[in-house]
Amino acid sequence: MSAPLIELVDIEKHFGPVIALNGVSVSVKEGECHCLLGDNGAGKSTFIKTMSGVHKPTRGTIRVQGAEVTFNSPRDAMEAGIATVYQDLAMIPLMSVTRNFWMGREPEKRFGPFKMFDFHTANKVTLSEMAKMGIHLRSPDQAVGTLSGGERQTVAIARAVYFGAKVLILDEPTSALGVRQTSNVLATIDKVRKKGIGVVFITHNVRHAMAVGDRFTVLNRGKTLGTAARGEIKAEELQDMMAGGQELAALEGSLGGTI
Amino acid sequence: MAEANQAAAPIKDERVREMSPLRKALIRPELGAICGTIVVFLFFLAIARDSGMFAPEGIINWGTVAAQFAIIAVGACLLMIAGEFDLSVGSMIGFSGIVIALMTVQWGFPAWFGILVAFALALAIGALNGFLVIRTGLPSFIVTLAFLYILRGLTIFISITTTRKTIIGGVREASEGDPIAWLFGGKVFNGLFVWLADLGIVDTFVAGPKAGQPVVEGIPMLMIWALALIVFGHLLLTRTKFGNWIFASGGDAQAARYVGVPVNRVKISMFMFSAFCATVFATCQVMEFGSAAADRGLLKEFEAIISVVIGGALLTGGYGSVIGAALGALIFGVVQQGLFFAGVESSLFRVFLGVILLLAVILNTYIRRMITGER
Repeated sequence: MSAPLIELVDIEKHFGPVIALNGVSVSVKEGECHCLLGDNGAGKSTFIKTMSGVHKPTRGTIRVQGAEVTFNSPRDAMEAGIATVYQDLAMIPLMSVTRNFWMGREPEKRFGPFKMFDFHTANKVTLSEMAKMGIHLRSPDQAVGTLSGGERQTVAIARAVYFGAKVLILDEPTSALGVRQTSNVLATIDKVRKKGIGVVFITHNVRHAMAVGDRFTVLNRGKTLGTAARGEIKAEELQDMMAGGQELAALEGSLGGTI
Repeated sequence: MAEANQAAAPIKDERVREMSPLRKALIRPELGAICGTIVVFLFFLAIARDSGMFAPEGIINWGTVAAQFAIIAVGACLLMIAGEFDLSVGSMIGFSGIVIALMTVQWGFPAWFGILVAFALALAIGALNGFLVIRTGLPSFIVTLAFLYILRGLTIFISITTTRKTIIGGVREASEGDPIAWLFGGKVFNGLFVWLADLGIVDTFVAGPKAGQPVVEGIPMLMIWALALIVFGHLLLTRTKFGNWIFASGGDAQAARYVGVPVNRVKISMFMFSAFCATVFATCQVMEFGSAAADRGLLKEFEAIISVVIGGALLTGGYGSVIGAALGALIFGVVQQGLFFAGVESSLFRVFLGVILLLAVILNTYIRRMITGER
């Protein structure tokens, strides 16, 4: 077994007097879907921002394929093969699918003394990459705003995969979606995993996590409460760990079911 | 290869309605401006056909005015798509003009040097505008509003303290035979119009010192600048990598930054481009009139913005078209001069303009929703 694609050990992040992360350890292996669960305020967002180079950890080590690294910017993380798909910042709705797909990495074609955006290549690749993910666009120049929420997430995932992501971080990709769109996104995660890409799936929905996860890590109050592999843990246990036990159990009793 | 073939023949989705080619061709950001242009031309063909408005000299007349609007509209358009405003355009026009006049007439530098200095100062001020917006995070509306006052005040101050006047004449004499000045004040294709006059297509002066010469001397360089800037802006926006960055910076700056688009650089260079366009306008005007005045360019920033909005751009950025903005400028020029040709009270210009603005924007909003899926 080779070294994990990315490994974060005892990450701490302090914002002045606030300790957002207080010793978080997570590793992602090739072709696995690692679910990061946690309630609001557990430190999920801070943690993925550390992983994707937006924040520098106060303490702790990050290793990419066994080698220790420091990310000074999101660019550094991207170059190391770590791609992040943010919940609401994945796409620009006013722009076409092709323009979004290639944003920041536009292919160019020499045209006399000028370099032009090579729309021919760009459109072709966009259509075929989207088709691989199971989305058939009417036209590559239709605006992203005309796509559904699930499709938008898929465009962002397809983009990250196409540009050689080794680790794909998905920040609550299903939280704003309906049932059908959620299952589409989960199916996409499965496809990506089968390509050997490590997926970090951030969510607070245990059922979504159970559907695709290989390993589960629960974050609570800035700490990891441990990592469990698929089959080692039940959904109810994850739920309890996320919420910190007690009160939720009492609440569920009064509501008559799992939340 | 299998995937490529699959992509070439996309599987039909039963929920996606096929769009007819006509509908596809019509649904574009410029549609509002195109309709506006047609309405305006039909209107003036109906009421002012016999006034000489559509004779060559009439076309040059309103074409020049439209070209003036177009020059600043192109700059405002790209900047607005990048998500920012420049309210200092009008003041910049006054400022650049006075700089050129002071350098050439007052201090005796050659015209080319004065023009270069004006462009250098304008680009620097544009960059400062952009830098302040990026650094402070204030809305560009406020930052450039401050520069609207700062530049106008400075212009009047400099002009009065050095010459005790606010109008500086004599630029044309000072720029006689200059290697650069003709680029802004000259006219081209003069021979073409002599030839057309010989054919009897263009009228000739019948009396006076110019008797026998065509009434239209040539195409003013101002129009050439306008066309060149429109073509440049359109290609830059729709056909280049940088154009994609302009859309991205205005559409969602944070999302663009996350994928590595140099948003700050894009925005600052668009502020500089806006200042560049204002200086082109100023230089052409100074060369045409032979003088500069400290109060030139008043309210031009709004006229530029209105042209851009008629052209289908979104005030909040990320969406728009240079061709649309150019058509907006054309509507502006035709209406302003056309009412004069039609002999209508000139105050009606504003009424008509307001109505066109409103109609075009309503239509644009409707079209934009169809294209982008906004609700």
